[in-house]
Amino acid sequence: MGPQVIGLEITELRLGLPGGGDSGERRVKKRVISEGGQEVDVVVGWPPVGLYRKNVVAKLYVKVSMDGVPILRKVDISCFKGYSELGMGLEKLFDCYGIGQAMEEDNGSCEYTTIYEDKDGDWMLVGDVPWLMFVETCKRLRIKRR
Amino acid sequence: MFPEEVLEHVFSFLNSHTDRNTASLVCKSWYEMERWCRKRVFIGNCYAVNPRVVIRRFPEVKSVELKGKPHFADFNLVPEGWGGYVYPWIVEIARAYPWLEEIRLKRMVVTDECLEIVAKSFRNFRVLVLESCEGFSTDGLAAVAANCRNLRVLDLRECEVEELSGHWLSHFPDSFTSLESLNMACLGSEVSFSALERLVARSPNLKTLRLNRTVPIEKLSTLLQRAPQLVDFGTGAYSAEIRQDVYSRLADAFSRSKNLKSLSGFWDVTPAYLPAIYSVCSQLTSLNLSYAATRSPDLTKIVSQCYNLQRLVVLDYIEDTGLNTVSMSCKDLRELVVFPSDPFVGEVDVLLTEQGLVSVSQGCSKLQSVLYFCHQMSNSALISISKNRPNLTCFRLCIIEPRVPDYVTHEPLDVGFGSIVENCKQLTRLSMSGLLTDRVFEYIGTHAKNLDMLSIAFAGDSDLGLHHVLSGCDSLRKLEIRDCPFGDKALLANASKLEKMRSLWMSSCLVSFGACKLLGQKMPGLNVEVIDERENVNSLPEYVPVEKVYIYRTVSGQRFDTPDFVRIMGKDKDDLFSDKGLKVAVLFCSNFGTFRPCCCTRSRSL
Repeated sequence: MGPQVIGLEITELRLGLPGGGDSGERRVKKRVISEGGQEVDVVVGWPPVGLYRKNVVAKLYVKVSMDGVPILRKVDISCFKGYSELGMGLEKLFDCYGIGQAMEEDNGSCEYTTIYEDKDGDWMLVGDVPWLMFVETCKRLRIKRR
Repeated sequence: MFPEEVLEHVFSFLNSHTDRNTASLVCKSWYEMERWCRKRVFIGNCYAVNPRVVIRRFPEVKSVELKGKPHFADFNLVPEGWGGYVYPWIVEIARAYPWLEEIRLKRMVVTDECLEIVAKSFRNFRVLVLESCEGFSTDGLAAVAANCRNLRVLDLRECEVEELSGHWLSHFPDSFTSLESLNMACLGSEVSFSALERLVARSPNLKTLRLNRTVPIEKLSTLLQRAPQLVDFGTGAYSAEIRQDVYSRLADAFSRSKNLKSLSGFWDVTPAYLPAIYSVCSQLTSLNLSYAATRSPDLTKIVSQCYNLQRLVVLDYIEDTGLNTVSMSCKDLRELVVFPSDPFVGEVDVLLTEQGLVSVSQGCSKLQSVLYFCHQMSNSALISISKNRPNLTCFRLCIIEPRVPDYVTHEPLDVGFGSIVENCKQLTRLSMSGLLTDRVFEYIGTHAKNLDMLSIAFAGDSDLGLHHVLSGCDSLRKLEIRDCPFGDKALLANASKLEKMRSLWMSSCLVSFGACKLLGQKMPGLNVEVIDERENVNSLPEYVPVEKVYIYRTVSGQRFDTPDFVRIMGKDKDDLFSDKGLKVAVLFCSNFGTFRPCCCTRSRSL
C-alpha cells in the first residue's frame, strides 16, 4: 500500500520517550512536508475511508483565464500531482512557455503570475499553500501578464 | 435416533455457519454426520486454524471462504508484509478438494502462483471472489481465464493488482460461455474492447458486469445491447464531450435494460449524461454513485425517481437537501452510505450535516444499516435517530475531526451513542467518533448485548472504558481500537473474554510489552501479536506501550510467517517460569484495584 497522501514527502516525527512519560497524550498525527514547504498535520489512517477510495479524487474542473486571451479554458486540477505539473499543463493549454517557471521562481522577473480565486472569493498567489489544500480550495485560475 | 439419511436431509436445510456449528455440538453422531455433509467452510481468521485440521474435519467441501488481515488494514494501519498469505491454504485445498467450486478471500495476499494452482487444480471451479486482496498480477487472472472452463463468477473487489497487460481478458477461450458475473472495476488498465464485447455476447447467463474506468461511455450502449438480461451493471468512466448521438444511444440502451436492478461506476461524471439512466431509476434496488463527483441537484434528481431503492451509496455532495428527498422518495431504503468527498480538508464546503441522516431515519422505516461521514453531530440528533429507527442493525458514524463534541451543547456525545445502543436492541455493528468519555462505554456494556463488532477511535478516559465493553458486551466478537487511553489493567482483567472473541486490535493505546507477554504466556489459546516498527524496539523496557497489538484466538498455535516487526508474545517456554515473568505478574496484580483478578493467582502459584 503506497503513501496515502499523493505527491507529498512524508517526514515522520515521533514523540514519546522510552520511559512511558506520555501516559496521557500520544502523538496521533504525522507531520507532512508538502511541496509548498508548509507543514500539515495528517492523522494516519483517519478518517477511516478505504485506501481504494482515497485514490479516487473528485475531478475538479476550474476555469482558467489568461490576460489577452478572449476564450477561457477549463482544466482538471485534480489530475496534476503538484505545482510544477500544473505549470506545465497550463503552458500546454495556452501554448505559452514561462508560466510554470514563473510559479516556481516567483522573483518578480517573470512575465506571468498565476493567481487563483479561493473558496472565500479572495484572489491568492498560486504556490503558497500545500498542493492538496490548493486543489480543494481553488475555484478558478487566472494567468496575469505583468 | 434418526437414520443417517434423515439427519443428512435435515442438515441440508442448515445453511448458516453458526447453525451448522451449533448442530455439530449436539452429540457425537451429529458431529460426524454434519462434518461429512458440510459443503461450505467459512474461516474468519486464516490464522485461527490450520488448513490440514479443516480438511481433516470436513472432507467434502465445495466452497472455502477465508479472511486474512484485520479490518484496520483497510486504513493503512497494518504494515506491509504483516501476513495473510493464502498460499499454504491453496496448496492444501488443491490437494484435498479436487472438486472444489468456490473460493472467496478477503484481505489476503494472493500471488500469481496461487491463482495458477487454482486454475489448474479444480476441474469444476466456478466462483472466485477476491475482496481487498493484493499480491497478484494480470498474469494470474489470465491463468484463471484460460483454464477455468466452468467459471461463473470472477469478482475482484477493491484489489491491488499489478497490471502487466490488459490482454488477460482475451484468455477466456471462445468456447467459454458460462460467465454469470464479472467485476473488474478495480483494474486500471485497458482491456481489449472487442474481446470484452465478444465475451459478453457469448455469455447468455451474464447477470453482473462491472466495468473499469477505461471503458469509455460511448461503448456502454453496445455492451448493454449485447446483454439485455443484465441485473447489475457498473459503468466505466462516465464522461465525454456532450454529443447528442452518444447520449441518445445510451439512454435508449438503458431504457431497454428491463432487468437492471443495480448500478455503479460513474467515475469522472459529466452531469449532462446522468439523465440517460432516468428510465431505469424506478427499477433500481441498489445505486452506487460514490465515485460521481457531481453536485446535489443532479444527485437529487436521480434519487427522487428511485422508488424501489434499498441500498444507496453516495458522496456528501448529496447534501441534506438530497437526503431529504431520499427520505421522501426511497421508502424501501435499507442501507445508506455517505462517503466524504474531501476527507482531508478542515473547511466544509458541502452542506451535509447530521440533519440529512435524521431525515432519512425519519422517512425510511426499513433503514437498518448506516455508514455516515460528516463534520458535526449532536446528542439530540443521535437520540432522534435511535428513536426513529430502533430497528438499526449497523450504525457507523464518522465525524471527520477527532474528539469533536456535540456542536450545540459542547458536551461529549456519550448520551447520544448511549441512546443508540439502548434503543436499537438488534444492533450488531457500531462505529463511534466524536468526543466520548468512559460513560459511553458504560452504556454500551450495559445495553449492547447483541453487539458483534465495535470500532472505537480517539475515545475514553481510562481502562474503565475498555473494561465496560469487554465485561458487558456478551456477543462481542470483533473489537478494534485506536488512539484510546486503554491499557493493561482492563485487558488482563478480561483475558478470558478474549478467547470468546475472534480478535482484538489496539493501536496507539497504552498496552505495554509486559502485559502482552503476560497475556501470551497465560493464554495458550490466544496469539498476542505485537506489531511495532520502531528501530529500538528490542531495547525498550517492558512497561513501555506497544505501537500496535493484535490478539486473536487460535487452535493452531503461533504462526511462523511473521516479518521482523511482528512478535508473537509469551510463547517461549522459558518466559513462563522465569523470575522476570513472575515479577511482571506481581506488578500488574498490585495495580488491579477494583477489577477481578484473572490470571494473576495462577502466576503466583508457579
